[in-house]
Amino acid sequence: MPSDKKKHRPVLVQVETPNLIPERDLGSIPVLQAEHLGIDFGGLTAVDDFNIAMGRTEISGLIGPNGAGKTTIFNLLTNVYKPTRGTVLIDGYDTAGKSVADVNRMGIARTFQNIRLFSKMTVEQNVLVGFGNTMKTHLITDMLRLPGHWKQEAEFHDRALELLDIFDMRTYADTLAGNLPYGAQRRLEILRALATGPKVLLLDEPAAGMNPAETEELMENIQKIRDEFQIAILLIEHDMSLVMGVCEVVGVLDYGKIIAKGTPEQIQNDPRVIEAYLGKQEVK
Amino acid sequence: MEEELMNKKRPIISTGGRGPAAGEKKRLPMAARYAINAVLVLVVLVIGELMIDGGAITRYQSTVLEQVGVYIILAVSLNIATGYLGQLPLGHAGFMSVGAYGCAIFVMRMGDLLGVGMRDFTTGTPLSILIVIAGLVFGGLCAAIAGVIIGIPALRLKGDYLAIITLAFAEIIRVVMLNIDSVLGFTLTRGAKGLTGIPGYSSFLLVFGCVALVCFLIHTMMKSRHGRAILAIRDNEIAAEASGVNTTYYKTLAFVVSAFFAGVAGGLYAGCIGVLQPAYFGFMKSIEILVMVVLGGMGSMLGSALSATVLTILPEALRAFSEYRMIVYAVVLILVMIFRPQGLLGSYDFSLSRIIERVMNRDFPWKKKAESAAKEAAGEGVSADAER
Repeated sequence: MPSDKKKHRPVLVQVETPNLIPERDLGSIPVLQAEHLGIDFGGLTAVDDFNIAMGRTEISGLIGPNGAGKTTIFNLLTNVYKPTRGTVLIDGYDTAGKSVADVNRMGIARTFQNIRLFSKMTVEQNVLVGFGNTMKTHLITDMLRLPGHWKQEAEFHDRALELLDIFDMRTYADTLAGNLPYGAQRRLEILRALATGPKVLLLDEPAAGMNPAETEELMENIQKIRDEFQIAILLIEHDMSLVMGVCEVVGVLDYGKIIAKGTPEQIQNDPRVIEAYLGKQEVK
Repeated sequence: MEEELMNKKRPIISTGGRGPAAGEKKRLPMAARYAINAVLVLVVLVIGELMIDGGAITRYQSTVLEQVGVYIILAVSLNIATGYLGQLPLGHAGFMSVGAYGCAIFVMRMGDLLGVGMRDFTTGTPLSILIVIAGLVFGGLCAAIAGVIIGIPALRLKGDYLAIITLAFAEIIRVVMLNIDSVLGFTLTRGAKGLTGIPGYSSFLLVFGCVALVCFLIHTMMKSRHGRAILAIRDNEIAAEASGVNTTYYKTLAFVVSAFFAGVAGGLYAGCIGVLQPAYFGFMKSIEILVMVVLGGMGSMLGSALSATVLTILPEALRAFSEYRMIVYAVVLILVMIFRPQGLLGSYDFSLSRIIERVMNRDFPWKKKAESAAKEAAGEGVSADAER
């Protein structure tokens, strides 16, 4: 099995992976699938036996106490960390041995817990960096300003502004990203990720530092993105109102292991989840 | 002089920061911007050439001017790796020397082969000009190849480590130049004796034509998807990678382009001074170029060019006080680093088109000041949206 791991071709998936919800339609192949994913840092097992299979347009959530390994999972899915065990398949393609940029090109885009924008570039330029792989001009065409350059720049200028329109950020197009208000920076990060044309969007605590009204708006936006772009979204969040409001499936992580998964309702009543967050109930 | 430099500069990154624009602004069409800048460059070149022909600029002064041009190219090209890519290579003189030797040897050999004499190079017959241009490109390519060879291993490292490894590579290049003849039995660089008899093909027109062209090419590269990828790596490498930027490729690209132009500058330098010795291209030369970039402001092409100009002319002007000039030089550096650590111009870049557009839009700084003062008086603070 591991011999053809590195080849960039669809792998037939035996869906032995326990889906988060069995009856959900995954299409022919799940857009994102991880099997038995795990990583050790020295002797410490940070993530162990993580499985996920996501449908094309599914919104899933990953919750868990601090230090449970949620962001580590994002880093594993995007190949920032090389998994010690297990495989990640994007649309049936194995990501083993691919660089982070390649994994992005294969269809995963992400945002970061602590905002990572190109702060000395303008908002529009931030989005254009995301479009970078869709733009095809050769370096010489660009340097000599041949007609192809102008055509492409004009096209992507429009596309970038259209993308900014989603969050009503067109007026900020020429502002330096670092000068944006906090909420707008978070939105811009999502837009930059969308510009790369992902099939799966990973959001790492998108609501961190937002007030309830902004969280409400973000919730609508997440659904809007899913509907407009027809992509799957996996998010890490501590804000329960967001997770319970927007996610169709929720997985709970504790000490690097999934301890429960299911619909938000199931999760809210799961004794294991309550134990992980609040500690064990005294038996009277 | 300053004006002349400014004409060649165009903005790399629009500094933005003007906040949300109210209503549509009038814009200069791209063709007009390019035309204006091209005309200005031509005017400066013609005026300079006329002044040299007419004797308003002495032979000595024009030689200094040529050196200024060479250093401008060096500083502006190092600025790609330092200011735009955000790395700190210390081996720029190494690339310069590869280009200088490559170009000088190419020109000398081709001159012999095609029967173009030393004199033809100084007067500039069509064939000799062709050879020189081919030689500059050849020198640039040699330096670019050196850039690839050095860049691929070196760019895996960051910060101090990158500085040290590039420094070491530059020293290797210098030693190779020194010993290649005796080891391999060629007559290429002539080792420590120095390569003499290089035709003096560098002229004001050639050097500053190259300055304009190099600035143009760097500008156009930085204002394209390639340049944006390079700037993205500087701003946040992890995010750039996650946004699909192939960081290894773009780092190497920036490094190689930087090396290529350094090679071109080296070729011009060879034609300017006529003798090449490996000792010219030591560690201090790299530092000198780096100081120009840091002093002018990392990421500002105009800043690099201005400080290259000042730092080349200053030692010449202070020749009378040669005992003190290093002290002056050091004091200037210390003062700048204390009071303006981001460099004289920071990341500001001059754009003539932007100024013309401002005039077209009646958008003057003093007007804005009055506006914001009026706003404050009306009790409208900073945008209510801003928090944290």
